[in-house]
Amino acid sequence: MAPQAEEQVPGLERAKDLGLTEPEYSMIVELMGREPNEVELAMFSLLWSEHCAYKHSKKVLRRLPTEGERLLLGVGENAGAVEVAGMAVAFKVESHNHPSAVEPFQGAATGVGGILRDVIALGARPIAMLDSLRFGYPDSDRSRWLLDRAVAGIGHYGNSIGVPTVGGEIHFDPSYESNCLVNAMCVGIADPNRLMRCAATGVGNRVILMGALTGRDGIGGASVLASAELGEDDADKRPTVQIGDPFAEKKVLEACLELIGEDLLVALQDLGAAGLTSSASEMAAQGEVGLDLDIARIPLREADMEPFEIMVSESQERMLAIVEPSKVGAVLEICEKWELLATDIGVVTEGDHMRILKGSDVVGDIPVKALVDDCPLYDLHPSPPEEGLYPAPPADLPEQAEQGETLAALLAGPNIASRRPVFEQYDHIVQSRTVRRPDEADAAVLALPAGPDGVRPALAVSIDGNARRVAADPETGAIEAVLECAANLACTGAEALGLTNCLNFGNPEKPHVAWQLINAVEGIAKGCEALGIPVVGGNVSLYNEGPDGPILPTPVIGMVGELPDATVVSNSGFVADGHAVALVGPFEPNLTSSELAARRGKAPAGELPALDVPATLAAHEAVRNGVRSGAIVTAHDIAEGGLAVALAEACAAAGIGCEVTLPLLTDEALFGEAPGRGFVIAGPRDAIATIPGAEVIGTTGGTELVIADRDGEKISMTVADVREARDGGLAVHLP
Amino acid sequence: MATRIGVVRFPGSCDEQDALDACALVGDAEILWHGSRDLGGVDAVVVPGGFSYGDYLRPGAIARFSPVMEAVAEFAREGGPVLGICNGFQVLCEAGLLPGALLANNGLRFLCRQVDIIVERPNTPWTAACDAGERLSIPVKHMSGRWFADDDTVARLEAEGQVAFRYAPGQNPNGSVADIAGVSSPEGNVVGLMPHPEHAVDAITGSADGLKLFSSILKEREGVGTAS
Repeated sequence: MAPQAEEQVPGLERAKDLGLTEPEYSMIVELMGREPNEVELAMFSLLWSEHCAYKHSKKVLRRLPTEGERLLLGVGENAGAVEVAGMAVAFKVESHNHPSAVEPFQGAATGVGGILRDVIALGARPIAMLDSLRFGYPDSDRSRWLLDRAVAGIGHYGNSIGVPTVGGEIHFDPSYESNCLVNAMCVGIADPNRLMRCAATGVGNRVILMGALTGRDGIGGASVLASAELGEDDADKRPTVQIGDPFAEKKVLEACLELIGEDLLVALQDLGAAGLTSSASEMAAQGEVGLDLDIARIPLREADMEPFEIMVSESQERMLAIVEPSKVGAVLEICEKWELLATDIGVVTEGDHMRILKGSDVVGDIPVKALVDDCPLYDLHPSPPEEGLYPAPPADLPEQAEQGETLAALLAGPNIASRRPVFEQYDHIVQSRTVRRPDEADAAVLALPAGPDGVRPALAVSIDGNARRVAADPETGAIEAVLECAANLACTGAEALGLTNCLNFGNPEKPHVAWQLINAVEGIAKGCEALGIPVVGGNVSLYNEGPDGPILPTPVIGMVGELPDATVVSNSGFVADGHAVALVGPFEPNLTSSELAARRGKAPAGELPALDVPATLAAHEAVRNGVRSGAIVTAHDIAEGGLAVALAEACAAAGIGCEVTLPLLTDEALFGEAPGRGFVIAGPRDAIATIPGAEVIGTTGGTELVIADRDGEKISMTVADVREARDGGLAVHLP
Repeated sequence: MATRIGVVRFPGSCDEQDALDACALVGDAEILWHGSRDLGGVDAVVVPGGFSYGDYLRPGAIARFSPVMEAVAEFAREGGPVLGICNGFQVLCEAGLLPGALLANNGLRFLCRQVDIIVERPNTPWTAACDAGERLSIPVKHMSGRWFADDDTVARLEAEGQVAFRYAPGQNPNGSVADIAGVSSPEGNVVGLMPHPEHAVDAITGSADGLKLFSSILKEREGVGTAS
């Protein structure tokens, strides 16, 4: 039955205002058999937005491997999950870029809140958060403001809800000046036999809306804000950013886990982008059923909200559950115990229509499939750029500087300096699982409950990206990003089990951005195939462009790995005098797109060093096994700033120096990069001698970092100076 | 009979599970629901960390009016051992069970850091297993942890030995007056501190020094048992 109002249809012009194209509007009219009314048009405009429909990325994403031996839940659910030590480990990364660029505190906070709900929707208890952040250079007032407020927002939400923020990364580049990136990853654990799905099933089952009141916040967030380029007047878009309430989410979390524990739910889904429209229609589509929703029953923050506003509100901290009628009473009782609103707003119906009722009036009636599955998917038209896309950054480090000065300047640079001023704003210890805190190892390590043998296994988690290298060569750069994330895990003795990714790119309708996206996805796929792991889920964030052009192509990789024993873990720093220091891996670095090149004012372009995948994987295995056996006490992957920076970081951790000898003290040898392929390791000399491929280059001890060549040339820096350089570099940009 | 320790759970508590696990290492641990006035005959009470009722007004300002806190106040007045950790410390100060107030950190930022604290008062049920002057490595994590009282109050607490813990020299993370990390009631049965002993009960997570506060309860009860 069609809505009976003799209302005016809003028409094509209104559809265009909401972000739909003319052909898309014609398709909607065809699918509906009539023109949509205001409610229906609002719903289509959101679900057919890039953010919800992935219309420019879906075809490309089909390249990613999604099957794996340990996979429990994959792409299509609220988050993916793999099996670890008999438990389900759920994880996913998601972006909240445009909201954070417009209002960084609430944008970042609700980014954390959103990804938490995705994991909660599986019935998993969130046990860790990680964040990947990108800003313009911190010499700009705006970048410092975005950094400070985004970090405060992440802390506000994560700290208040009792989920530790255990890791992350921050990178500064001029391309993010007006379009910062805030990607948040959540990891949760669940009983594998109780993983919740999102499919609405069982005609006659009730639809229960739980959580916060529905208000006018976040209306049109997914379409107007997330699926368009940022412009000059974005302060006007602040009302499209949602406001987070971590206390409400804490109650949602505890109530949902109790409901699932008591086996009271058929299905569960969070309300995120596009609010009730998206969650309800996706649940209906997955379950191949219809739904009747009565918006008159929905508790509102403001009394006079229009039906379309109720349907697309992005008010936070809400979940939608499907419940058998006989269990509704028990569900409401548990929600009441947690002082959480819960309202029966509808019913699962036969057929395939989602009907929006206001009391007895039908105010919207849409075939579910049209809304969820029939959005047109677009082909990309890739074309490599004729010349470098990105301008050279300003040079602040002269080529002729002494190598010792260069090292000090790199350590003090905002991309390499200590992250302590940021991670100390996050609770990284709540839940008492954190075996390795930020800065203690290359990946965060979280102990799991003991198995039948009394041994506690552990998870290692890491998030990484290296956009400058992806800009130089999207495919190789993306493989490097995957391998570097795996290298971080290997440093702690962990083996990767699955990957989640967030693809942050510019406008895909532009040929060179399309080229970046397609090739970066190819690189991620090849990286996954090399490691033998699936992509369990993720997120795409396109149209990340400001008035000055696109951001660097920024695929962010999140990874979860398994350690057999939480008591046998390495550190990223040296821990004792007299340990042998060795290199492992096919590490043949160059300066292309390196941190040093950027500091010298070089654009991110050129040929990346050769990548020998089998040799790289063998190095990962050697390090992983060495850590697990206890032979390797210190393991640190060689990343931005090259070997000299990696050694300096290892010295800074516990204030232990080292003396090493290299064949040549070239800039390439000291500061060149080849991510994912090289490791600095240390441990007792006899033990290090057993590590396959390890080449001993020196010894730990003393109060200085000394790097010499065989002719006696050397650079040196006291560990105290290393610490001072590292400690001040980011702190100086925070209030 | 094992010591029974109750851990209060408010909506918004975050550290109650960790406190429960820490208590379970020394006795029987159970949750005390915020809406109930019945402590169920527990031997000791822990008011844990977190953001009770969201703490949007002022940390602990709402929690102190909860039904369970009426019972905890009564229990404390009768000499029952009560430990407030972080938000729990804030709640106990708001409830008038401990002196002083917790203000925003002097850095105006949330701060999570491992610090050393020094046991100043070993003769309480929560510090009996510690020596006077003993140094414990325990993390802090808070936004409003700057303990404050007026000069007269501080002088009185110092004179009467009510300062329970102090940050080690140079490690005061928040600007607390006289480096005070925790205080106690005059009788010593109520103790509050900003650092989190419940996150420091297993060496693999950084330190097991916090376990001493929980095992103090056993020592205290053994002591009582021997005397009677």
